[in-house]
Amino acid sequence: MAKILNIVETAYRATLEEQDDTVLWLTHMLKNSGADAAVLLQGNAVNYLARGQDASGLAFGQLRMVRGPELDRDLEKMIDKGIPVFAIEEDIIDRGLAEFDLISGFQRISRRSMPELLDRHDQVWRW
Amino acid sequence: MPKKTLTLAIMDAPYESANSTTALRIVNAALSKGHNVNVFAYEGAVNLTMRAQTPHPNPVKGTSVEQEQHPTTKDWIGALFQLAQQKQAKLDWVNCGLCVDERGAGEWIEGPRRGGPKDFLDASMASDATLVIPTK
Repeated sequence: MAKILNIVETAYRATLEEQDDTVLWLTHMLKNSGADAAVLLQGNAVNYLARGQDASGLAFGQLRMVRGPELDRDLEKMIDKGIPVFAIEEDIIDRGLAEFDLISGFQRISRRSMPELLDRHDQVWRW
Repeated sequence: MPKKTLTLAIMDAPYESANSTTALRIVNAALSKGHNVNVFAYEGAVNLTMRAQTPHPNPVKGTSVEQEQHPTTKDWIGALFQLAQQKQAKLDWVNCGLCVDERGAGEWIEGPRRGGPKDFLDASMASDATLVIPTK
């Protein structure tokens, strides 16, 4: 099975309407279909690792949104499922995200080591 | 507080951007205070009100349609029309007719009307403020 790396950089794009990040969701579905898929978070998408995100409370008139996106928990489920999740260390630091703010189980990589990561995958899909 | 009129132009299609949610939150806030709101839905935004939008289950989470309660923008906007009625405010939602035609998006919920750039111009000229939220 070819190894696939999904690179996610655009963050929080319609996540309220979708109740998730569509590329993370697609990766999860591909894994469920037997794919050997991994995720690399870079840029603003590293904030998906921040623990305790709460997007609840959205309402329009009397209509309340019951289930909001749970991006940190979605990533935890993906990690539990065996999907490797990588994140660019420099992007985490640039955003002031401390270790204790983040979920566990993901792998930090430096920007300089990105070529090695890309080389370990047969296909790289940059979304 | 005296009643004001706000005009918004929006362009993003549903499920593509946070812009749509942000715009609808602004509309919600204005209507909640009794202000009138004009919306000019341009380009992909004409799909926001399509009647056939349907919630779906989530196979990743293993949730049913009922459990997932997936939102649809047409229901959000329908709720805004109800809110306008409750607050005795006016929500004038214009779907750009040419954008509708090229997308085959003519079946929408009760409330919006068909119009064109002239409607946007007229609304803007008659409003206290106009906010454009473009696609990027």
